[in-house]
Amino acid sequence: METIKSGISGAEAVTLALIEEGVDTVFGYPGGSNLPIYDSFFTHKDKINHILVRHEQGAVHAAEGYAAAAKKPGVCMVTSGPGATNLLTGIADAQLDSVPVVCITGQVNVSQLGYDAFQETDVVGFSMPVTKWNYQITRASEIAETIAKAFFIARSGRPGPVLIDITKNAQNEIIENFEYRKCTGIRSYHPKLKPQEDALNEAVMLLNNAKRPFMVLGHGVLLSGCKSEVKTLAEKLNMPVACTLLGLSSIESSHPLFAGMVGLHGNLAANKMTNECDVLLAVGMRFADRVTGNVQKYAPQAKVIHIEIDPSEINKVIAAAVPIVSDAKSALKKILPLTRSSSHASWIEKMNAYKKQESETVFSRDLDKNSKILRMGRVVKAVSDMMPEGTVIVTDVGQNQMASARYFDYKKNDFLVTSGGLGTMGFALPASIGASSIKKDGAVVCVMGDGGFQMTMEELGAVMQYKLPVKMVLLNNNFLGMIRQLQELYYSSRYYFGEMANPDFVKIVEAYGINAKKITSQEDLEPAVKEMFDTPGPYFLEVQVEKSENIYPVIPAGAGVDELLLSPEN
Amino acid sequence: MKHKYTLLIYTENHIGLLNRISIIFTRHKVNIESLNTSPSMGENIHSFVITIITSRDKAEHLRKLIEKQVEVLKAFIYEENQVIAMGVALFKISTSSIGANNILEQLIRSSSARIIAVEPEFIVVEKTGTQDDIKNFLDSLSGFDVREFIQSGRVVVTRPMGKLTDYLRQMSEMEEKD
Ligand SMILES: Cc1ncc(C[n+]2csc(CCOP(=O)(O)OP(=O)(O)O)c2C)c(N)n1
Ligand SMILES: [Mg+2]
Repeated sequence: METIKSGISGAEAVTLALIEEGVDTVFGYPGGSNLPIYDSFFTHKDKINHILVRHEQGAVHAAEGYAAAAKKPGVCMVTSGPGATNLLTGIADAQLDSVPVVCITGQVNVSQLGYDAFQETDVVGFSMPVTKWNYQITRASEIAETIAKAFFIARSGRPGPVLIDITKNAQNEIIENFEYRKCTGIRSYHPKLKPQEDALNEAVMLLNNAKRPFMVLGHGVLLSGCKSEVKTLAEKLNMPVACTLLGLSSIESSHPLFAGMVGLHGNLAANKMTNECDVLLAVGMRFADRVTGNVQKYAPQAKVIHIEIDPSEINKVIAAAVPIVSDAKSALKKILPLTRSSSHASWIEKMNAYKKQESETVFSRDLDKNSKILRMGRVVKAVSDMMPEGTVIVTDVGQNQMASARYFDYKKNDFLVTSGGLGTMGFALPASIGASSIKKDGAVVCVMGDGGFQMTMEELGAVMQYKLPVKMVLLNNNFLGMIRQLQELYYSSRYYFGEMANPDFVKIVEAYGINAKKITSQEDLEPAVKEMFDTPGPYFLEVQVEKSENIYPVIPAGAGVDELLLSPEN
Repeated sequence: MKHKYTLLIYTENHIGLLNRISIIFTRHKVNIESLNTSPSMGENIHSFVITIITSRDKAEHLRKLIEKQVEVLKAFIYEENQVIAMGVALFKISTSSIGANNILEQLIRSSSARIIAVEPEFIVVEKTGTQDDIKNFLDSLSGFDVREFIQSGRVVVTRPMGKLTDYLRQMSEMEEKD
């Protein structure tokens, strides 16, 4: 589509461009350098909904949550100087987790650039290492083309954050002819290559002849939207499937071929089978160190087929016998019809034995309803059992994240949003705001620790103001639990600065006019979770959990994935 | 094993691209031995010639990260024996140190250097060659009062016969359209 207007301001052009790109929600914070754009938002408030976050970091995380839920770029808009610097953590988070986010920052007048004007910072310079692309607009005539490019770059290929810095004079300038054309290609940018025929054939041959095939799904599966292809392939080949943290929810947890999560606190079957399979089909994942453990000991026996859209990920960590540079969906669609059905019964039996072993040793402890102590896994399971179908699960970072990753039962339409690559504490609450701004049906669950909650709890203000139906579950162990665990395991229990004097969280939340409740015992758990889901609108449930709990299994530092420990005893 | 590698990078002419490329080296703690950037053949195409000393794997990883930048058209990597390289150096020599005999003049001639400016207090000598040639010439000037010495980044042509436009056409043929 093409829009032509004449005699409009640069700020108006920004708003019209956003509308053209289908933007319905912007997460932002105003300041001197973006006020012209806010003024134009006012004119178009029927088309663009603005959510005022309480800190700019929250704006990016909210845009990330929005992007995950809406399957399109999230947008945030902040002012220059401190507004822009506050974005950085969020942008880095989006970069490492390949989340499409368009950040727009206001900037001082072009004539003041470089002269230390009030709230002038070199945002283009300091965001360069953490953006997929960025650009500074200093003339209104550049706005249409640049915004079109920004959206195209953010969502195409391997998605990522882009940043556009717009000087105030450009926002105020009048444009004679504003023409908007969506960007469909850039000469120097080839985001998506066709899967290579030879590689596809080799992959098919390996898969058809495999005795113990194993598939590991990463975030790329969710990004390319190939859940159904993945499942069909797994079922046709009877190939067990595991997920990375960000790949979780690409297949239902209850699927008989699901071996669990790989990596540091992953499942026994998933990790053991990584080092026992003969063909490892890695789809849309990057062999992060939290996945591989000691790289030298990672799947040395396996022939690795690596389907990955970003060429720079190929052979970066693990040498691929068959690299396929392509979108996951395109590659799987080509592979599927060429594969032969097979059974692999004894291999699947092996998986089931591992699952049983973990269930008897780890799940039985973590999920024990009769235990005196309340463990995170038990709380997560109770929430999972009662949540409606199609829930967005958003987690923070730490033990609460690992418990959520392990014990949520991802059904067909649920999905997980979490901070993987950067591991950003404080991610969950603002990301939930983004997700719930479009999921109005109340199906956003936000799991946090007491440490992470306190990093961005100012965003309760946004939850309150927009009555966002986020179901917040605080797993309070009065500790930076993951740090305590590390100090116990690797620093002879010399606990230092892991324990926190915490405020009365319920009182704080109630001060925002949000329903809140704290429970401390097993018997209260199910009724409280039920009350949370039965109460319309936002709800905050604080659960006092055991403070000395450790997350197991764990792959010890320097060990291979198959050397994971199921409990402190072994 | 570390070797000398030359990255030849074709890009759009975009403000800030030099920064985007150079931070990739900084992040990997790889020192840039030499860098040259200039307009290239073709419409608005710029080229970077960057020389680094590193391992083959790292050089290849760096090449991919550079090519991943939106405004980079293509990045190639070459070993020393795959390129023909040249640089230019200028030497400012004080006239008083030259003396009456024509030793300097002979030196300049035998080294295929040339005098490009003559002033009352100094002369300027230009020498084109490999980095070794230039270093040797500088060493040979040790008896003279060299006041300033400056050397350009090296530029290269490559032995393989591929053409950028062919690569670009190939790339767009490989591209998958939505
Ligand atoms: C911004 C940030 N700072 C520090 C860390 C390091 N870190 C990882 S987990 C963790 C503890 C988290 O504590 P809490 O939020 O209470 O969660 P718990 O582990 O207790 O569930 C810390 C400090 C981090 N991931 N992010
Ligand atoms: Mg905690």
